Amino acid sequence: MTTEAPTIDLTGSRPRLRRERRVRRLFLGAAVTSILISLLIVGSLAGEAWSFISKVDLSSLWDLGWFPRRDMFDIKTVVTGTLLISLIAMVVATPLGLGAAIYLSEYARPRARRWLKPILEVLAGVPSVVLGYFALTWISPNIVMRLNPHAGVFSMAAAGIGVGILVTPLVASVSEDAMRAVPHALREASYGLGAKKATTVTRVVFPAAASGIMASLILGLSRAIGETMVVAMAAGAVGGSLFELNVFEPGQTMTAAMTALAIGSDQVAGSNNAFQSLFFVGLLLFLMTLTLNLISDRFVRKVREKY
Amino acid sequence: MEQANLTQPAGPAPGAPTPDLPVRSGGRAVSVGGVLRKNGPGEAPGTQNSIFDVSGLKVFYGSFQAVAETTMQIREHEITALIGPSGCGKTTVLRCFNRMNDLIESARVEGTIRYHGVDIYGDQVDPVEVRRRIGMVFQKPNPFPKSIYDNIAFGPRIAGFKGNMDDLVEESLTRAALWDEVRDKLKESAYALSGGQQQRLCIARAIATSPDVLLMDEPCSSLDPIATLRIEELMIELKRDYSIIIVTHNMQQAARVSDRTAFFTVDVKETGMRTGRLVEFDTTDVIFTRPHQKQTEDYITGRFG
Ligand SMILES: Nc1ncnc2c1ncn2[C@@H]1O[C@H](COP(=O)(O)OP(=O)(O)OP(=O)(O)O)[C@@H](O)[C@H]1O
Ligand SMILES: [Mg+2]
Repeated sequence: MTTEAPTIDLTGSRPRLRRERRVRRLFLGAAVTSILISLLIVGSLAGEAWSFISKVDLSSLWDLGWFPRRDMFDIKTVVTGTLLISLIAMVVATPLGLGAAIYLSEYARPRARRWLKPILEVLAGVPSVVLGYFALTWISPNIVMRLNPHAGVFSMAAAGIGVGILVTPLVASVSEDAMRAVPHALREASYGLGAKKATTVTRVVFPAAASGIMASLILGLSRAIGETMVVAMAAGAVGGSLFELNVFEPGQTMTAAMTALAIGSDQVAGSNNAFQSLFFVGLLLFLMTLTLNLISDRFVRKVREKY
Repeated sequence: MEQANLTQPAGPAPGAPTPDLPVRSGGRAVSVGGVLRKNGPGEAPGTQNSIFDVSGLKVFYGSFQAVAETTMQIREHEITALIGPSGCGKTTVLRCFNRMNDLIESARVEGTIRYHGVDIYGDQVDPVEVRRRIGMVFQKPNPFPKSIYDNIAFGPRIAGFKGNMDDLVEESLTRAALWDEVRDKLKESAYALSGGQQQRLCIARAIATSPDVLLMDEPCSSLDPIATLRIEELMIELKRDYSIIIVTHNMQQAARVSDRTAFFTVDVKETGMRTGRLVEFDTTDVIFTRPHQKQTEDYITGRFG
């Protein structure tokens, strides 16, 4: 080692280092705050839900139906309602949404796409009240009652179809983006090997876009599970509902049950258990969507073809 | 009938009837009879029939003309090289031979390209049928985001291949000089391969379908000299069964492997429009040793000498 080389000072200026440390702390603070807020929400949800569970007679959680103001908190009623309506919604939205996405991304001429895509995005923004009204006044008499003449005006089927239509543009738009993002070179490789369009779509574009398509379906499903207005309007059962597996009967989803509890009624805020049941259902809903996201995450990682 | 040509890659013997292109007509497959064209004896390296008769070909992207009127004959069982400066339309012309330009919205092709006598741009021709017979290796490697095995098996599967897929995969990879490197990881993603390996994978994928003609767009651009040599050997071996058109920037390669060479250049108009033009098309020997056009000589010597 040569000692006569001039010593170089590589320690940075102290004020600058201090400034950088301060900026770092600022962003750390922002990150921590947002996590804290989420934790607080979940915590208060869990707390209220716990106090509900500890106060209420546990047998009332498995009852004839969901009538919170009469201390009948049959959880399976609203969970089943939620699952049934979401299922119907996805049965409607998956083929419609993916079909529209495939058409837009693979078949439509650029000019057609230029005006179809914005229409789709406008449709995605239609307020759910409008669709609730549509489900009640059009879907119910024209589709549901034709499928089953015994169906009433209010039914889970009408609500499910309404929610399905509501989430279709979302599914279509997100999965179309995913398919369009598949590099053109992959399509060319497929056509170059003599593949037909349908083959290219199903064997190349679809698998390559799988994670995005999956995401669109999960998004659609979460939206369907969380949808309140359409269900509250078209499925009937505002005050409460009996346990029901027949989709042509009225029913309630978890969110619709919560809204029904929360709107306008002064009974809600009282000491009655009904108020706290709201938190319990909320917590359950949170856990459901959380599981859904975890499952989909794992699934997507398995099937996706990275390009 | 579709299968027949896939399993018999060898072109028709001189004098034999040419394979017909089944074409779509109101949903039913009908045949447009092929007309066999015999070429007069020339200074041809072989005395083969022409497989492509290009006449009055012009290509436009929107209002931009990329390739000026081109007329040429590509012969069977030969390697035809397309050379010329960047942007002169080599890729564009190559993509006309299997109607790949159909996939580009703005592209428009004028003129005719007869494949075994059938105009592939004819009204009733199904481009899918064309591409099953005329395979392509692209300028940029474009493997599917699937396993190495599935990449090779893709073409044969969609063509309804009934034989032993494992054997076909091994054979294709061996011919493309890739087998030894990937034999133990056939189930791994093709994206885990290096650029050069991907390029050879794409070559293997293209020959797995046993096309009648192979279009190769700079297939060796990302290969080392040894792999390049293997691919060149492959091309020479393939030409017994197939016909090959190759785009290359490598003059030595064109000189080494091709039988005929087409030299394209770019004409720049006052408007700034850069249109590619076929300057000279002759046997590789003539193009490289005594070209008739000054432009060809300049290009060859500038790069080669
Ligand atoms: N999809 C396209 N849309 C519009 N113009 C295009 C398109 N593809 C190519 N061109 C234009 O056509 C001309 C010829 O391009 P082409 O790719 O055929 O050249 P090339 O000879 O293959 O060049 P290189 O040796 O660099 O690959 C160029 O001017 C290019 O800009
Ligand atoms: Mg090119």
